[in-house]
Amino acid sequence: MTVAAKPTMIEFRDVHKYYGDYHALRGITATIRAGEFFSLLGPSGCGKTTLLRTIAGFEEISSGAVMIDGRNMEGVPANKRPTNMVFQSYAIFPHLTVAENVGFGLRRARLPKEELTRRVGEALEMVGLRGLGARAAHALSGGQRQRVALARALILKPKVLLLDEPLSALDKKMREQMQVELIKLQRQVGITFILVTHDQEEALVMSDRIAVMFEGEIAQLADPETLYRRPTSRKVADFIGTMNFLSARILREDAQGIEVEAQGLGRMLLDASQAPGAASGTGTTAGFRPETATILFEGQKAEREAMGTIDEVVYFGDMTYYDVRLDGTEAPIRISMRNVFGRPVLDIGARARIAWSPGAVVLFR
Amino acid sequence: MKGGGFRIYVLAYLVFLYAPILLLPLFAFNDGTVIAFPLSGFTTKWFAAAAEQPSLWLAVKNSLIIAAASAAISTALGIFAARASTRYEFPLKGGVMGLIMLPLVLPEIIVAVSLLVVLLGLGVNLSILTVILGHVLICTPFAIAILTSAFQSLDRSLEEAAYDLGETGLSTFRLIILPLVMPGIISSLLISFTISLDEFIIAFFLAGTQTTLPIYIFSQFRFPQSVPIIMALGTVLVACSIVLLTIAEYLRRRGLARSGAKDTGGFL
Repeated sequence: MTVAAKPTMIEFRDVHKYYGDYHALRGITATIRAGEFFSLLGPSGCGKTTLLRTIAGFEEISSGAVMIDGRNMEGVPANKRPTNMVFQSYAIFPHLTVAENVGFGLRRARLPKEELTRRVGEALEMVGLRGLGARAAHALSGGQRQRVALARALILKPKVLLLDEPLSALDKKMREQMQVELIKLQRQVGITFILVTHDQEEALVMSDRIAVMFEGEIAQLADPETLYRRPTSRKVADFIGTMNFLSARILREDAQGIEVEAQGLGRMLLDASQAPGAASGTGTTAGFRPETATILFEGQKAEREAMGTIDEVVYFGDMTYYDVRLDGTEAPIRISMRNVFGRPVLDIGARARIAWSPGAVVLFR
Repeated sequence: MKGGGFRIYVLAYLVFLYAPILLLPLFAFNDGTVIAFPLSGFTTKWFAAAAEQPSLWLAVKNSLIIAAASAAISTALGIFAARASTRYEFPLKGGVMGLIMLPLVLPEIIVAVSLLVVLLGLGVNLSILTVILGHVLICTPFAIAILTSAFQSLDRSLEEAAYDLGETGLSTFRLIILPLVMPGIISSLLISFTISLDEFIIAFFLAGTQTTLPIYIFSQFRFPQSVPIIMALGTVLVACSIVLLTIAEYLRRRGLARSGAKDTGGFL
């Protein structure tokens, strides 16, 4: 990827943050590269917004260091940092017009009037709000407010744009549209975008790299594909999409790989890269995604097959989710099948042959 | 009829509340010195007579000075207190705010007497300044109550956004916070002004040889021939109060609409 060659924009060095006794950030160490679309993903209360606010300068860190473009930000207030923020509530100034909102950050630059008008016009054009400059800010729709907030933050050409759950207030359709627009916008301006979100789908769609956070720590930092295919812990695997877990036993581990016996699937030989996580001490589990296994219909054959009984059927139109209890296991696993024309949807209680692939299995230790 | 009893109650309540006030203009325009029915004829001479009294003009002047000063000072104090109580956490916050709001429920006569004792003890000469002092004390809780709701409806991230865009704490206050709480400030000014203008007890105790409008009115009631003049004066005052309160309510609602907050009803 081209991103790898880019220099570091933000560096966290063992960042800790306490609110009284509460340990909100527990030793964050990470780097964010210049020009990257980076996401902080996690459930509410995991510290992702706090981490974003330490970049903006709204939160002082208790120990460690936050570097922006090679400069330690200790003691640098928010109004002197090369970052701008899009707030969750958008924070549009309700008593100003759209143009006054967008041009707010340029007030201190004391530009000549034509220059100011030109740059505000450009910024509005960039976010698709051309000609709305004279509109009162409180008369805008949710999507428009979002765009004003973006234009207002980008007009100062910051090194880093911080986005605090910017899409969470929009309805589903608008949200998906804005996701695409944000990606395009980021490519166009080339500024480092850091997005805070609790929506794993949103993070996967938009980001070059994602840091998954739980309880004040980064659990895994990787590109979306690695995060989805090679999660390092059950927790990450569970948070990003759905994963089936089967208890397993390691039989042999050597240069050829890891030989594993998993309940319901039997023996398999895995590559060392299929066990990316460190030992957690909570037992060994084999996991695979619902779409990496399929139910075999009459006449179909596969290299690796397992037998099971269908426990539940959830019909989604284009997809059907089957919960299947593999022979010799307790909890059902989920298999997602694309609904192909002419293929019947199976009934609860039916026996099913499952095709699976050892290459899709991830081992958690 | 369903709810009939309730309707009668509401009607009786409103009559009791406003009928006496409606009598003011009735007798102010009545051509006769006796305040009794039947009315004898229409006149505006009582208004003219009121305007010709130099002692009345002095009392009006004093009252306006006191009310304007009290409104300005208590609103300024209210801004500090409202900002502090909505934005910052400090030790004993509940207790401190409670003590500040206490004059709201203290009997005015107690406030007046204790202030008088202290001021005389300190050797301070009684004047309109001492009345202003007393009025600031009773107006400030009202100002705080109004302004706190104005400051509370401010989204905190508005401040952060302005700061993030390069403004300082002070310029953020001037450019963002002040314009957004301005309706609250104006209604605080109007309410304090109105409270001070018709306040009697504290003014009576602390004014010394000066008179204010309520004191003047009270003293004039001893002379039957000046009662119609008081009626005329009262009519003017009622009209002014209605205008002021209407403006205050209008501004409060406009402020709510502008900041997109929900109307929680009433000034306080």
